Amino acid sequence: MKRISQILFITAVLSLVITGCADISKDKKTTNGALGSNAAEKVYVAPGEHDEFYAFVSGGFSGQLSVYGLPSGRLFKVIPVFSQDAEKAWGYNEETKPMLNTSYGFVPWDDSHHPDISQTNGEVDGRWVFINGNNTPRIARIDLSTFETTEIIEVPNSAGNHSSSFVTENTEYVVAGTRFSVPVPQEDIAIKEYKGKFKGAVSFISVDPDHGNMDLAFQILLPGFNYDLAHPGRGASHGWFFFTTYNTEEANSLLEVNASQNDKDFIAAINWKKAEEYIKQGKFKTMPANYAHNVYDEKTHTATSIMKKEVKVLDPAECPGLVYFLPTPKSPHGCDVDPSGEYIVGNGKLSADLTVHSFSKMIKAIENKQFDGDAYGIPIIKFEDALAGVVSQAGLGPLHTEFDGKGNGYTTFFISSEVVKWKLGSWEVIDRKPTYYSVGHLMIPGGNSRKPFGKYALAMNKITKDRYLPTGPEVTQSAQLYDITGEKMELLLDFPTIGEPHYAAGIPADLIKPRSKKIYKLEENEHKYGVKNNEDVKVVRNGKEVHVYMTMIRSHFTPDNIEGIKVGDKVYFHVTNLEQDYDVPHGVSMIGANTSELLIMPGQTETFIWEPKQVGVWPFYCTDFCSALHQEMQGYVRVSPASSDIELSWSLGED
Amino acid sequence: MKKKSRLLMLVGALLPLFLFVFPLWNITLEAPQYPTPLGMDIYINDFADMHPHDIKNINLMNHYVGMKYIPESIPEFKIFPAVIMIMAALGVILAFKTNYKWFLGWFIIMTILALAGIYDFYLWEHDYGHDLDPKAIMKFTNPDGTVMGFQPPLFGTKDILNFRAHSYPQLGAYFLAVGMALTFISYFVGKREKNFKRL
Ligand SMILES: [Cu+2]
Repeated sequence: MKRISQILFITAVLSLVITGCADISKDKKTTNGALGSNAAEKVYVAPGEHDEFYAFVSGGFSGQLSVYGLPSGRLFKVIPVFSQDAEKAWGYNEETKPMLNTSYGFVPWDDSHHPDISQTNGEVDGRWVFINGNNTPRIARIDLSTFETTEIIEVPNSAGNHSSSFVTENTEYVVAGTRFSVPVPQEDIAIKEYKGKFKGAVSFISVDPDHGNMDLAFQILLPGFNYDLAHPGRGASHGWFFFTTYNTEEANSLLEVNASQNDKDFIAAINWKKAEEYIKQGKFKTMPANYAHNVYDEKTHTATSIMKKEVKVLDPAECPGLVYFLPTPKSPHGCDVDPSGEYIVGNGKLSADLTVHSFSKMIKAIENKQFDGDAYGIPIIKFEDALAGVVSQAGLGPLHTEFDGKGNGYTTFFISSEVVKWKLGSWEVIDRKPTYYSVGHLMIPGGNSRKPFGKYALAMNKITKDRYLPTGPEVTQSAQLYDITGEKMELLLDFPTIGEPHYAAGIPADLIKPRSKKIYKLEENEHKYGVKNNEDVKVVRNGKEVHVYMTMIRSHFTPDNIEGIKVGDKVYFHVTNLEQDYDVPHGVSMIGANTSELLIMPGQTETFIWEPKQVGVWPFYCTDFCSALHQEMQGYVRVSPASSDIELSWSLGED
Repeated sequence: MKKKSRLLMLVGALLPLFLFVFPLWNITLEAPQYPTPLGMDIYINDFADMHPHDIKNINLMNHYVGMKYIPESIPEFKIFPAVIMIMAALGVILAFKTNYKWFLGWFIIMTILALAGIYDFYLWEHDYGHDLDPKAIMKFTNPDGTVMGFQPPLFGTKDILNFRAHSYPQLGAYFLAVGMALTFISYFVGKREKNFKRL
């Protein structure tokens, strides 16, 4: 206990010191000054004009991914990923329920952390966004032609899928590193047996270059540390992946103290090209596993979920040259590789310094076998041998670094609440700007690539306190936009975000806009229960199941009167939107339905289930204001007693 | 020496055949909620979307005021192509077999047929714009109390409720016009050639 209070005391003192240095009060004035200058002009996007960048900001514990425009900070869409979303029927309609299937059953929530955009030749290409589910380890792929989640793969042997989901420079792989080490395979053992018995799996998920389909290619079983964050190598270091670790102490209790004892933890450098060789040579074990692979088919508008039963596993002790450890002070969090691929920045979150490793020096040390022993058979490179430099005393609690492509790094400091700009090579601090407050990640569009678009940096804050109108005990989280084109950063804009804005990925709008889909073509609709014209609508009874094949178009449903439904039936409404016009979805909901409405895009079919519990005549209606006669877009279902012999009938426009 | 007029007549009679390749007319509807306007290209034998699904969307808009759906086909789509084929064939025969006086005859017949076509088009448009479903969702009246029609202009631009309708000839029509002009010129060229011979 003594030690804890000591740490708290030191932290408090340091916070004060650093706060003094950054002089937030003074900077607040500068902010006002900036508004007096042309900051407002710089973020102003006139009515009808488009933003220059898309920002995909993770929804954190909302489980979703939000889409903002930069520089305006306007919210365009919340893409449902890991959590049910009543607005879009995601996870409620029959088509998307399988997307949330896992080995634990239907899991309609997750904690989404790190979005990353697919790359070609080391540059963002705007085809897909990947994002991790942290709690029930999963990776999702979002198709940027539709802005819909089209694939989710579960990650076995993993727990707290945090160092994820970052892509290699040709999107060969998306990685998923486990934050928590666990028994692999799971077993009933004492938690005290953690040390040595628990393992940390990092997974390499391959991505089909044409269609984006994911497949768990292999896992590497690492020692029982916590794998915190990751970034791919690029340029010369392409073929490598770097993961920060903490808890190299392998503590299993009171980690805030017990996992903070070692002066240095590690960055694990993994040679995935080597891993591919070992896989080819058959040096893997095939382990039984059980994980879901869910794919949404754009033609049938329907997802399927299959369970996969095994995984290929590599043991680094048996695969020389596969993994090396780079000692890094102290409980490093962010693990960021500069656009050239030479520098690997490990931010010791309990240190005031940034440690920067050199890839070329690391390779030289490996060639000369300059090791400082090993951990579980994995060689440890001597700290000094791979060290490129240190940005010393830059702030307190360094977390994440991004690069502007012009030789500068930008690092967030959680405890001292600021962004610090520093120079690669000379390691000197150039500028610092406060954030409001407690910044986590920051994002520069194209940040995880060889070509950052170094115009803006977006800082994502955990706490906002007095920055916005109060909304009770829970106030918004926020993002802050900085102009980074000059020598000094300039704060341009604050905007609220859905919680929690963990990390983000940005890309020039022009790389996405031209490929954006406007409608689904009706003639390509292959939904099992889709109906392409009003002659084909029908209501079919199959025992107690009733299937309604329904269409919708401005401003009516076909049919709009249905009779012959009975109490105790399970009624499937399969509804096809016959519109073929941009931005004309219709919705539908039935009184007493136990899920949500449907929101159906032009040309699409969706299904919900209604189980009538009382006799009577019950209305349904369009839930999306679609036209001048939207209010008239409605219908009735007559429900008779279970014993009734009223035949099924349906109609439209007949009196 | 009569080659030039015959050549002009031949080309003039054949140019209208481009109507089978290029649209004759276009009607475009602009409205605030259609940043990409809705449009319909009218071919000699077909109504075609300017952008995918435009006609479907025009129908959806128009049904609010009780206008009928634009038909898949109209009898004119059989008659007009036949007329153009026959006139082209006739023109070719005239160009080779007859003297220049017939060229003027062809031109006059073609002019009458073209005017008849335009009048027919006007009648179709008038019917389309005025023969409204009595159960129409929205009914509008003119300031004088008569029922408002929604006929697109025969030629030019006109505001109809929230829409601005444009109606203009397209490439096919220009080929027809140039062809007809050439046959008209061929008559005078032929006449000059004959006088020249006499001299
Ligand atoms: Cu509707």
